[in-house]
Amino acid sequence: MKTLLSHAPRLGLAFGVALAAGLLAGCEVPPQKSEQSGYRGTGMAQITSPETLEKIAAANGIPEAQPDADDGGPRAKEAYQNVQVLGHLSEGQFLRVMTAITEWVSPEQGCAYCHNVENLADDSLYTKKVSRRMLQMTQAINTQWTSHVAQTGVTCYTCHRGQPVPANIWFSDKGAQTAGFAADPSGQNAPAKSVAYSSLPRDPFTSLLMGKGQIRVNGVEALAGKPGEPIQSAESTYALMMHMSTGLGVNCTFCHNSRAFSDWAQSPPQRVTAWHGIQMVRGLNNDYLEPLRTTYPAERLGPEGDAPKAYCSTCHAGVNKPLGGVSMLKDYLKELSPPKP
Amino acid sequence: MDYQNIFTRVQVRGPLYAGVAAKDQGAFQRGETSFFFYWAGKLGDAQIGPIYLGYLGVASIVCFVVAFEIVGLNMLAQVNWDPIQFVRQLFWLALEPPAPKYGLSIPPLAEGGWWLMAGGFLTASIFLWWARMYRRARQLGMGTHVAWAFAAAIWLYLVLGFIRPIFMGSWSEAVPFGIFPHLDWTAAFSIRYGNLFYNPFHALSIVFLYGSTLLFAMHAATILAVGRYGGERELEQIADRGTASERAGLFWRWTMGFNATMESIHRWAWWFAVLCPLTGGIGILLTGTVVDNWYLWAVNHGVAPAYPGYVPPTVDPAALVGGAR
Repeated sequence: MKTLLSHAPRLGLAFGVALAAGLLAGCEVPPQKSEQSGYRGTGMAQITSPETLEKIAAANGIPEAQPDADDGGPRAKEAYQNVQVLGHLSEGQFLRVMTAITEWVSPEQGCAYCHNVENLADDSLYTKKVSRRMLQMTQAINTQWTSHVAQTGVTCYTCHRGQPVPANIWFSDKGAQTAGFAADPSGQNAPAKSVAYSSLPRDPFTSLLMGKGQIRVNGVEALAGKPGEPIQSAESTYALMMHMSTGLGVNCTFCHNSRAFSDWAQSPPQRVTAWHGIQMVRGLNNDYLEPLRTTYPAERLGPEGDAPKAYCSTCHAGVNKPLGGVSMLKDYLKELSPPKP
Repeated sequence: MDYQNIFTRVQVRGPLYAGVAAKDQGAFQRGETSFFFYWAGKLGDAQIGPIYLGYLGVASIVCFVVAFEIVGLNMLAQVNWDPIQFVRQLFWLALEPPAPKYGLSIPPLAEGGWWLMAGGFLTASIFLWWARMYRRARQLGMGTHVAWAFAAAIWLYLVLGFIRPIFMGSWSEAVPFGIFPHLDWTAAFSIRYGNLFYNPFHALSIVFLYGSTLLFAMHAATILAVGRYGGERELEQIADRGTASERAGLFWRWTMGFNATMESIHRWAWWFAVLCPLTGGIGILLTGTVVDNWYLWAVNHGVAPAYPGYVPPTVDPAALVGGAR
């Protein structure tokens, strides 16, 4: 006599297979590549998935440089009106970089995205004022922040990738708020892409990449003395590191020896580069990006009324060297560096 | 059909049994309803009941329900009372302890007051359940080993949520009620205090945790292995020495030269299980109160080995001249 129970083993097997498939659906397809990056036996290794790396490489193509322009002839500030940042270029170089910027930032919208086409010198569009500040920012990065960007430097394309608004930007985010006397989730405990879908604070950036929040939470002495940082600070640091890890496509051990996260002597040299990156992003957010708040129209601002800001993935986009470490700047050195005094 | 005892299809059923007489039944009588339940028989005894709840049991359940509701309703409020989002985000949701600025004071409900209240009711519920276990054991004329084993777990629970926060002077040091959030808390706790793996009491706790699983596996496997001689049936063992239990002892003397006795194996298991939270609790209690960085502590005490570093050595850029901007 056949009963449901006599099918139990087969039903169980089918259920088991379905469950295993479901649980594994989110995983990367093996094989993964493991590369030793520190002393043997210390677990210092980078794990990468060749399949993911291929996808990243495909998404990081680089547009060809515009044909070279002659350095001779009148300066842009003489040939055109209201050229405040790029006036030191020749007319040819000026048009060359304008063409490149259009390709990098607004390929579909064209010149009219920033310019009043009736009068190109007109500053009436907010986008023109923002792009002027962005050019200054780019020049500053390429000269004052070589501790992070080295000689590779950045161009508009490093962040914009053919879009008027870069894909990876952040706004202050308080998260869901509760009404009345219900417990406040204090900006955490909801799946947030910004911190790799952990339940950590969803916006560690306002405090740590703009404010003067403390990233270093470890005690510097073995024994407890005066009160140190609370657990909540460690969670914010942890949240920022989740962003750095996903934003750069690396493990913790890319910058840290995980047995002693805070110890510089055991850290790979990349940690120094990353430290300068944090300083750089703090500087850019405070000096360039947030002050543009009054220039942007309301629809460009975040829910808290703040300007769009940069963090690691804004340039890195999941790669530890943006655009695979290829320098687009070398083709625009004169244009994207400030004039020599 | 043979009696198989890894995946057995045989259910052992006697007549329904009300249990031995207790010394003092108290105001509540033991429930009279007992019945057989087939699926319970798959896991253990097929007989369900009689159940004794009593004052302590009822009070404990009431306190637990209050704590559970405080946590659950606050989580539901955090998803704007949307039951679908509640299910989707359940693993992320939490009731957080007060912020550091409140110290040990009583914060507003929305900013940790509910957490304090949920913790209070949960603790009351656990204490009442502990007292119930102790009294039920006493009234059956048993030892109180189960209650004291439970007390070891309560110790770790109290260290994490009550004793250590008081020593640290802030409720904010305690653990949130939530699934992922308490795991993130654990990771952040280890990172904040310089890697808990260098905490020797954490190490001891892991020894007892893994040791417990090893002892559990050895004992359970031994008894199952002599099940074919009735090794799991206490009466038969006494009547027929030289079969099951003797054979099990001989097996271990052959393989490792020494065997536990039928009594001592349970003392081993009890102590390993109890020492796991006892030592773990000591380790947590010392963290932040006495030791601020376990890695540095381990270096000072010759526990953490040194490895060759990077060439050139990596130096903290903030410590260099002009490093801090």
